[in-house]
Amino acid sequence: MKRQLASCLLLLVALLAPWATSAAETRHITIAAAADLHDAMGKLVEAYRHDHPDAVLDVVFGASGTLLTQIEQGAPFELFFSADSQYPQRLVDHGKAGGTPVPYALGHLVMWSASIDMRGVQVADLAQPRFGRIAIANPQHAPYGKRAEQALRAAGIWDQVQPRLVFGENIAQTVQFAQSGNAQVGLVAESLVLASPGKGSYAAVPSSLHEPLRQSFVLTKRGAGNALAEDFARYVQQPPARAILARYGFSLPDGAGTGPQP
Amino acid sequence: MTLLSDQDLQALGLTLRLAGVVTLLLLLLGMPLAWWLTHTDSRWRRPIAAVVALPLVLPPTVLGFYLLMLLGPDGVVGRAVAALGLEALPFSFRGLVVASMLYSLPFVVQPLHNAFEAIGHRPLEVAACLGAGPVDRFVTVALPLAWPGVVTAVVLGFAHTVGEFGVVLMIGGNIPGQTRVLSMRIYDHVQAGEYHQANVLSLCLLVVSFAALLAMSLLRPRGYVRD
Repeated sequence: MKRQLASCLLLLVALLAPWATSAAETRHITIAAAADLHDAMGKLVEAYRHDHPDAVLDVVFGASGTLLTQIEQGAPFELFFSADSQYPQRLVDHGKAGGTPVPYALGHLVMWSASIDMRGVQVADLAQPRFGRIAIANPQHAPYGKRAEQALRAAGIWDQVQPRLVFGENIAQTVQFAQSGNAQVGLVAESLVLASPGKGSYAAVPSSLHEPLRQSFVLTKRGAGNALAEDFARYVQQPPARAILARYGFSLPDGAGTGPQP
Repeated sequence: MTLLSDQDLQALGLTLRLAGVVTLLLLLLGMPLAWWLTHTDSRWRRPIAAVVALPLVLPPTVLGFYLLMLLGPDGVVGRAVAALGLEALPFSFRGLVVASMLYSLPFVVQPLHNAFEAIGHRPLEVAACLGAGPVDRFVTVALPLAWPGVVTAVVLGFAHTVGEFGVVLMIGGNIPGQTRVLSMRIYDHVQAGEYHQANVLSLCLLVVSFAALLAMSLLRPRGYVRD
């Protein structure tokens, strides 16, 4: 009986041992990233790992609001790359951040379609029924959705297009609604359109029609003091990383680089 | 502070309407299907029984993904629907009805199938000897004997549709009054950090589900559960 108990304990220790070491491991972080970063963040991590082969960076993508909720509820993320600046600020306000928000990019909203030639199309044109169903991200919790609503309102066509709107859970699902052709037009992130070049056509939504998509990241409480998390945060603000972000259609926010360090 | 906003009530009403329509249609479809599964000798019986049970094990996202592809403008069903001059199914109430019927199918068919099987052939043969026709046998003999199974099918079909989330997320499009059901609304509240509203709505869902299951056990004749 005693021997059985002892072997059981031994087994338990053996099973938990890898856990214990990974918890103490500082060369591994998990990054929570807005859905519009889907391809850009993959490239950033790849480039970073080129110089730091022993570093392990996992990325979890989702709507910024979803990720914020998860972090507030204790999700094990060291860095939070939001598609706006408001959510990282909220993390700071609630005492769940390990630094101040750092603007890293300015996102762009475009009108994309698989079936209709969108070149030269103005936002106000979307009121015409020929544009069919229009997919936007949910304005309630997705930054791109909020900007899409603002743009449609500013163009004075919100009430007219309302019956033709469908709402994606995040910007990636909104792209999927449009790419599958179920929605004829999607108001989506340029970064995701540029990630699959050659498909469909798109026109920019003038940034004068909505608040800027100023995107910030922040170190979470869990990430504070984590050398890898802090190093990656520095890397993202340097020219090579900036070049990658630019390739995916992000521009640099004013004051980026001179902003506060995490 | 009001407990439920107009939009919350709209989502609640829509959800109950969806579950009602789906349950009714599934009963009409499930009865003959369960009857056939019980009495046929066809070699297709087992594959078809497996297909009926598929939604039990498939993640709703798989179902939602295939439906989005099939029902979309490039999909087989989507093209057929367009050729008939009908409105496309994704992002519409009718689309949700079709998707929910698939999703809840086993929850209706399996209790019916079990109930029909429990009756066996004997009562039906006796009724036939006494001169009852096929319809008569089904309505006056099989259906009353299978009643507890019918109740279970209705309650499970209804409750399962009320709680549906994954499929709605994939093909619903979250349109107020058309496809924004209760589970989506709760999800949106949680994402927006509106925990109070999420709490109230979740409680509604909990109460509906509990009441349905309680009704099921109360409606069953005593002793049936134990046999």
